[in-house]
Amino acid sequence: MDISLNKFLVAQKGFSLAADWTISDGITAIIGPSGGGKSTLLLAIAGFVEVSSGELLFDDRNMTDSAPEDRPVTLLFQENNLFPHLTVFQNTALGVRADLKLSKADTERVTETLESVGLANMNDRHPSELSGGQRQRVALARAVLRDRPVLMLDEPFAALGPALRHEMLDLVARIQQQQSSTVLLVTHNPDDAMRIAERTVLVADGVAAESMPTANLLDNPPATLIEYLGNKKGPE
Amino acid sequence: MAVRAKSINPVVIFGGSAALLFVALLTVGPLIALWMRADVSTRLSGSNWSAIRFTVFQATLSAIISISLAIPVARALARRQFRGRALLLTLLGAPFLLPVIVAVFGLLAVWGRSGFVSQLLIASGGERISIYGLTGVLLAHVFFNLPLVARLILQGWGQIPAEHFRLAAQLGMRPADVFRRLEWPMLRGILPGAFLLVFLLCTTSFAVALALGGGPKATTIELAIYQALRFEFDLGKAALLGLVQFSICAIVAFWSLRAAVNANFGGGLSGAVKHWDASSQVLLWQDRLVLLGVSAFLGAPLVAILIRGVPSLGNLPVTVWPAAVNSVLIALSSAALSVFLALSLAAMIDLLKSRDSRLSSTVEGFGMLTLAASPFVLGTGLFIVIHPVADPFALALPITALVNAAISLPLTLRALLPALQRQRLVYGKLADSLGMSSWVRFRVAIWPEIRRPLGFSTGLAAALSMGDLGVITLFAPPNVETLPLVMYRLMGAYRIEDAASVGLVLVSLTLTMFWIFDRGGRLGHQS
Repeated sequence: MDISLNKFLVAQKGFSLAADWTISDGITAIIGPSGGGKSTLLLAIAGFVEVSSGELLFDDRNMTDSAPEDRPVTLLFQENNLFPHLTVFQNTALGVRADLKLSKADTERVTETLESVGLANMNDRHPSELSGGQRQRVALARAVLRDRPVLMLDEPFAALGPALRHEMLDLVARIQQQQSSTVLLVTHNPDDAMRIAERTVLVADGVAAESMPTANLLDNPPATLIEYLGNKKGPE
Repeated sequence: MAVRAKSINPVVIFGGSAALLFVALLTVGPLIALWMRADVSTRLSGSNWSAIRFTVFQATLSAIISISLAIPVARALARRQFRGRALLLTLLGAPFLLPVIVAVFGLLAVWGRSGFVSQLLIASGGERISIYGLTGVLLAHVFFNLPLVARLILQGWGQIPAEHFRLAAQLGMRPADVFRRLEWPMLRGILPGAFLLVFLLCTTSFAVALALGGGPKATTIELAIYQALRFEFDLGKAALLGLVQFSICAIVAFWSLRAAVNANFGGGLSGAVKHWDASSQVLLWQDRLVLLGVSAFLGAPLVAILIRGVPSLGNLPVTVWPAAVNSVLIALSSAALSVFLALSLAAMIDLLKSRDSRLSSTVEGFGMLTLAASPFVLGTGLFIVIHPVADPFALALPITALVNAAISLPLTLRALLPALQRQRLVYGKLADSLGMSSWVRFRVAIWPEIRRPLGFSTGLAAALSMGDLGVITLFAPPNVETLPLVMYRLMGAYRIEDAASVGLVLVSLTLTMFWIFDRGGRLGHQS
């Protein structure tokens, strides 16, 4: 699914974010200094932050003012993606029906999906009994069940160690391929972008730039990105 | 490198122990006196039993009504951003500082026989309403406790992560689902503690029962004690009733400490979070009505006091000034004592925590003990202790200050202890590693951390003591008065305009005193 931002502007007290571009299927990373508006971009696309001017289109449907639930979007947060007093199964099943009234087929589907993200036999546990990585797996399982064309992730694996993070990124890549969805991944780590994202959007100084092939962007970084990343290569 | 054991500061231990002993004498002493004096041979009479039943009944009902009304109020505040929201939050804090007798006056001016509502009813061909008895007691208790509970619950709403409301919106949860999955679990954590707190406050609110209750149908235990002491002079019966009252409160206080509600009277209430499930027009109007309703309910009595009181401010009764001096003296000395005790205890609790956490908790429990002993029970006990050796009526003012200090101790301790502990957590190791002397450490690390809660709790203790109309009624001879007592007596004599103007003086002094201390604690304080 294409996501188009046409002369798109979010303006709040002492902060603004502008964008004017389209992205398509595949994984796009969003990178840039903190406070630059990466999260705001996702929140606005998901319908949680009001758009000041411009348009937001999914394929050719204008959904600038649609309610969050009507948008073809699932957004994963960095934390608090699960309700603490619901079990793993219930938290996942919310992706099928928000009132948790499930048919027998639904129940089986939820269990299968949990198995497919590596959470077999965890159905009755509560979020507090899970590790950080497992919690995000539950959230991903729910996203799979919701089956929306757009999946957005706001630094979902920032708190995980490198090995686990790579594992989770690969899981995201797998889900993207299965569902041929449009994935937006906010990260502060250029390695994440290199690992799974063909294209990358740089968000800095109140502007979300048009996406570029990740390798090109990181090989020839613009000044704002150098400032953020630091001069990794050192003097040659 | 060996870690050098921190030396025990003898000043802290000595001061803390002295404070502990003092608090023990002040609470356990009167209880022992009650125990020894209680006339167990005379059984509780029928009217005593009905007083016990009424006390429990009205407290239960008050708590249930306050909580049921507070939930929609808190929810509306949690999910709506509007102009005047901050003002409404302040209004919710006002009843806690308002002297009880002033609030009662305001409520009577609105709901009483010649009040605003009655006049409206008569004008439309109806009849006057009378709120004396159960109705009045409930009305006053809801007036005081609805805002308190609403603030508690609002904090609970603020603790639900914003992500959860976004998640609910994305998943398309209906309002009923949001209530069941997000809000009810939060309420279930808060409501038991809130219920017990309100129940406790309503069993020990003597002034409300004195002004609005009475008679065979609406007498509380404390009112029965008052009658036994002042009219029948039956010390044995008063002592026995005092023990009954203490037992009820102790049981409830014990429960409520276990329910561990974080009664943060200081505020720090965050802004509204958008709740997408509540975007329908029906719910918007429901919230508007709820907020308008609660503003009117809380605001009308305050406005009534102003309307009635301002015109006769010019010719205040002369008794006002000596009474005002008495009140201010009582308030200042009891606040000073309360804060001094709280600081001494807090320093010791904090010091003990790292060594012997059980001993530390015991000391903390002692500080909270007066939560269970109502001022009235303590007063009765002290009366019995003093009676054989001195004239209790001659000591009315010092005793009132003393008891008020003991009663506000749980509040001041709860405000100061966390600040002191935070200070140790944040700066303790740093200060130790720098080898700071006690004085430098106090100036650099402790004082900046505690000055805000210190100012706030001094103001709170002073305001509560200023409005006290409990102990003073037990002890005061006819010629010694405090402002609340003057006002109560004027109301009893149907000098309504005079009572209103005295009420205004009382409120102004109370709020000014709170403001000065609270403000003083914040001056020059960054963020």
